Amino acid sequence: MANYATNEFKNGLKVMVDNDPCSMIDVDMVKPGKGQAFTRVKLRNLISGRVVERTYKSGESLPGADVMDTDMQYLYNDSEFWYFMHPETFEQVAADAAAVGDQYKWLKEQDMCEVTTWNDRPIAVTTPNFVELRIVETDPGLKGDTAQGGIKPATLETGAVVRVPLFIETDELIKVDTRNGEYVGRVKS
Amino acid sequence: MAEQVPDWRPTATLEALRQRAELLARLRRYFAGQEVLEVETPLLSAAGIPDPHIPSFITMPGPDGETSRYLNTSPEFAMKRLLAAGVGPIFQVCKAFRRGEQGRYHNPEFTLLEWYRPGFDHLRLMDEVDVLVRQLAEGFRPLGCSERLSYRSCFQQYLEIDPLNADVSALKSCARAQGLGEVAGLSDADKDTWLDLLMGHCIQPHLGKKGPTFVYDYPASQAALARIRPGEPPVAERFELFIDGIELANGFHELQDAHEQRARFEADLVRRQVEKLEPVALDERLLKALEAGLPACAGVALGLDRLQLMLTGRVRIQDTLAFSYECG
Repeated sequence: MANYATNEFKNGLKVMVDNDPCSMIDVDMVKPGKGQAFTRVKLRNLISGRVVERTYKSGESLPGADVMDTDMQYLYNDSEFWYFMHPETFEQVAADAAAVGDQYKWLKEQDMCEVTTWNDRPIAVTTPNFVELRIVETDPGLKGDTAQGGIKPATLETGAVVRVPLFIETDELIKVDTRNGEYVGRVKS
Repeated sequence: MAEQVPDWRPTATLEALRQRAELLARLRRYFAGQEVLEVETPLLSAAGIPDPHIPSFITMPGPDGETSRYLNTSPEFAMKRLLAAGVGPIFQVCKAFRRGEQGRYHNPEFTLLEWYRPGFDHLRLMDEVDVLVRQLAEGFRPLGCSERLSYRSCFQQYLEIDPLNADVSALKSCARAQGLGEVAGLSDADKDTWLDLLMGHCIQPHLGKKGPTFVYDYPASQAALARIRPGEPPVAERFELFIDGIELANGFHELQDAHEQRARFEADLVRRQVEKLEPVALDERLLKALEAGLPACAGVALGLDRLQLMLTGRVRIQDTLAFSYECG
């Protein structure tokens, strides 16, 4: 992998720090009008998820991390691994619970999502910002409640529980924002 | 991947553009009232600045033997030539260019307000900077009481270390205690780099939180173009202004001695060689002007973009620029 000098640092750049792949989430220059320039970087460790702050003297460089984001189709899970398939090469990868994290709540078989690999090993899974999922269980809606704006819990086909308006019923397809787990709307079929 | 459509729109809001015009009008009114003459000097010059920490943009050589030129990193050298010619107190608002300086508070092309006061020393010029900044701030934001701290007392106050007498290993362990232990590429030899690291990361963020904070009397090794006052240890008669942890201005009680100036330039050229930077053509015209005689004076450069940023509560320097570097 290439090395990246401080002047190439930018948000989203993937580099190796402490032997782990990291993604830059904030880059800033600390430079007195007269004197040495430094680059201060916030990095998210892509394995642990932890954020660290580091300072580099300008001109220093970091080795790039062989990290790739690939759109893949989610196939199934066997209680240990979640399996994903590249839609063109049909190559399959298995991601463990650490890589999938809490994204499992939004993974529906056949859906596409982004799989982040480091040296071909899955380290993170990112579902689309919005997913459409069917409700498998919720309390029956009551007539006349539509104007009130009340909410109730609903269990989705993936097992996730989201809060939905009272008028939503079992078997309906809804759109959910995976970033905050909130109900967005009903999907008209 | 879809090609990105270039964005033609301004980086700053129209309100920010009007604020800039108001600041410019006010500062011109102030200097007119003080009988300080507005001047303009070349942005393209044959000589550069040898300071290894200030990288210049250089134009391409043209046809017919046209040589390359440096885009000025500050108007200081040319303004000193005017002072040596007896122009009296002067100010200038101009663009300055520094390659590679890009970030939340840096744009490679930025606007400086620079002025010189014959007969002033750095302490008296600090008073005037304070007065002007308060006039510029009026109606934009209230400023608390100003504070003055020597470089030494800042380090003593925030890090309990004496920056003038501490050696590199003491600065290093101080940095480690502050969580800055792992800074790649810092050599043991260069004390100033360690001082810059501690100042930039551990002290500066606290400066100017209540009101404008002036830091003065810098280590002699960081004199740049300031005169050095003998003492134990000697200090550079230099100051900086900070508001909300951001450096806004840098001023000097100006060095008048041509020999000393040449020696500092040559030391810079040696440092450039060590750091494998390209050599820079020294400004022989400036050195000649110093030989002819620079009046005793103090001068200061104030970053106008940053000042606007701090006074108008914006977030990034780009918010004050009609078009940021990326959109230029």
